Amino acid sequence: MLFKRFLSSVTRTDVQHFTKILSPPSVLSTLQNAPSAELDIYNNDWMGKYKGSSTTVLKPKTTQQVSEIVKWCNERRIGIVPQGGNTGLVGGSVPVNDEVVISLQNMNSVRSFDPVSGILVADAGCVLQALTDHIASHDHIMPLDLGAKGSCQIGGNVSTNAGGLRLLRYGSLHGSVLGIEAVLPDGTILDQLSTLRKDNTGYDLKQLFIGAEGTLGIVTAVSILTPPAPEASNNVILALPHFNNVLPLYMEVKRQLSEILSAFEYMDRTAYDLAVKHGQGRALADDEIEGAECFVLVETSGGKREHDEEKLETLLSTLLSASNPLITTGVMAQSPAQFSSMWALREGITEAVSKEGKAYKYDISIPLSKFKECVDATREQLRSKGLLGDGDGMVKAVIGYGHVGDGNLHLNVIATRYTQEIQDALEPFVYEFTASHRGSISAEHGIGLMKTHALQYSKSDVSITWMKKIKALFDPNGIMNPGKVLE
Amino acid sequence: MHPSSARLLNILVPVKRAVDYAVKIRVNPQQTGIDLNVKHSMNPFDEIAVEEAVRIRERLSKGSEPVTITALTIGPAKSIETLRTALAMGADSAVHVEIPESAPAPEPLGVAKAIKAVIEKQKEKEGVDMVILGKQAIDDDLGQTGQMLASLLGWGQATFASKVELDLDAKNATVTREIDGGLEQVRVKFPMVITTDLRLNEPRYASLPNIMKAKKKPVTKLTPTDLGVSLEPQMEVIKVVEPPKRVGGSKVESVDELVEKLKTAGFTAV
Repeated sequence: MLFKRFLSSVTRTDVQHFTKILSPPSVLSTLQNAPSAELDIYNNDWMGKYKGSSTTVLKPKTTQQVSEIVKWCNERRIGIVPQGGNTGLVGGSVPVNDEVVISLQNMNSVRSFDPVSGILVADAGCVLQALTDHIASHDHIMPLDLGAKGSCQIGGNVSTNAGGLRLLRYGSLHGSVLGIEAVLPDGTILDQLSTLRKDNTGYDLKQLFIGAEGTLGIVTAVSILTPPAPEASNNVILALPHFNNVLPLYMEVKRQLSEILSAFEYMDRTAYDLAVKHGQGRALADDEIEGAECFVLVETSGGKREHDEEKLETLLSTLLSASNPLITTGVMAQSPAQFSSMWALREGITEAVSKEGKAYKYDISIPLSKFKECVDATREQLRSKGLLGDGDGMVKAVIGYGHVGDGNLHLNVIATRYTQEIQDALEPFVYEFTASHRGSISAEHGIGLMKTHALQYSKSDVSITWMKKIKALFDPNGIMNPGKVLE
Repeated sequence: MHPSSARLLNILVPVKRAVDYAVKIRVNPQQTGIDLNVKHSMNPFDEIAVEEAVRIRERLSKGSEPVTITALTIGPAKSIETLRTALAMGADSAVHVEIPESAPAPEPLGVAKAIKAVIEKQKEKEGVDMVILGKQAIDDDLGQTGQMLASLLGWGQATFASKVELDLDAKNATVTREIDGGLEQVRVKFPMVITTDLRLNEPRYASLPNIMKAKKKPVTKLTPTDLGVSLEPQMEVIKVVEPPKRVGGSKVESVDELVEKLKTAGFTAV
């Protein structure tokens, strides 16, 4: 806790000052008669795992206002937590103590969209779904799509370098974000809102903010390259008898579908059963998927329906007619409604997990061949500690799903409640497993509060030393999202 | 026990290719209809009809021969896709009454006459015991075909079905119908017409092996001329317009102002 001891709490005088910068409804403070229940949604993460005790939430409408708030906080040494949709999974967007929360929710205008280049410039508080809808009328789509799209904000997406379901096709935000506007920890506005695809003029500072989780400054606007909407899309869910078939299947699917392949998602049987149990999309017929150990969802997007269908059908008939078939069966969407229903099975796992119990979520990058081994080893670890089974304080299920195309496994351990015993059984076990395969302990969720102590499993001492130097350079007083990313 | 004859029950399921319900409907600039250059799929009520036919077969014969299901569609060349979906869901064979791409959309009476003609053609072979079709199509919402067909054939009908139970020995069906304010049970003798309501069942996904098999199932092509029917519309569409855009409300400062506004808008106290 390098910086924390220097931080001050928000006082009445501070709140009075904030009301000079912002209009009264944009300041929410228990020091000013707001009931603390009203601050709950800002102090708690959506999983109910992390809890802060902030007294004050500020909702600026302009970059200038953000700048003035930050400048004041920096002079007063008040810690700041920038908050978007608060849909993060690692506790990065809620206060650790009583930092002031700066919610970007009122900065929600689209600044410009150029239908020729597909470049969108938007305020950080724009909800991903709203941006998707905005550019849909111009036949473009956002380069990222995730389950939380109805709540998460683009500023948060960029700050956490969110991955999601389209990464396989459109790459990471390090590629599609062309520029950002950010307020630095001393209140300076860094305007790098470039709309240039090519700009080799020295250090690319914006890259530092992508994935910095608000520890270097507050992203207030984003310029992002959006691809044209595909004319045709289709999907299939394939049932596989063994996990061992996933990789050969992925190779075959990549080879045959090539440029129209837009998603290759994996879920094990337990994950699928949970999604079905909690009503996330219509299930496949029980008798057809008897004995299936795991499932794969393949999505295609392309420019011409007939062309895509022909490719997909050729692929499917090769798969079904092979002498030693990789799949047992599968289903293909016959209508947009079925297309959505099939995606709901995969996207709905997150929600199903939260309905089932309290989840320990690990989001790791490991070699594809280790996906199942990782889930099995974790389950075995819990069993050996006597923590697997029915009953209070026990783990009900261990599931694996994720983005095979990106080598990203979501390992979820679902318990009746969060306990220290389970925590100790899982950590550092999962991190050590990951490190032993040279994986990443956080593929797309970030470090937040949850994984600061585990950073060493994915980053060398040299890397961490230089990360700390960069942090100290931008934020010498340590006010920006204290306690997150770096300990 | 069921009669052991090879012919137990023959079901005909007429299906329609319609603009998919998830598509946002746009009126064409000439205001003569809607933009049809969008994603189409099987009319959802017809999908329920196909599913019900397949379930009836599963219940009666565990997939062996005696129940046959024939899917039928009337439409342009692309309607074959809708038949393939029906075949992939479990229909055994299909009939495609093809009309030109540019032909106007057939109306319920023409469609009912065409279905009747197909049934009479089938009679030369095996005959039809039961027609199951959607209670309406989601594109024109006319909802008359099933009733007209029953009248033309002189058959019994059970419309808006939410449950169908067959008694093969007595050769009748007990059907639960969705009516205003509740449910009604009717018993109808074979041959009969059933139209499906939303709660009858939840249609299955077409599985890959069945999609592949569907490609090899027989599809008979016919024209309205072959059937001796005319599909010329008797109704002329004069104009198609979008519903008026909703205008936003406004806030009033006081009750007096509200009353004043209501008065100017033409509302009076009772």
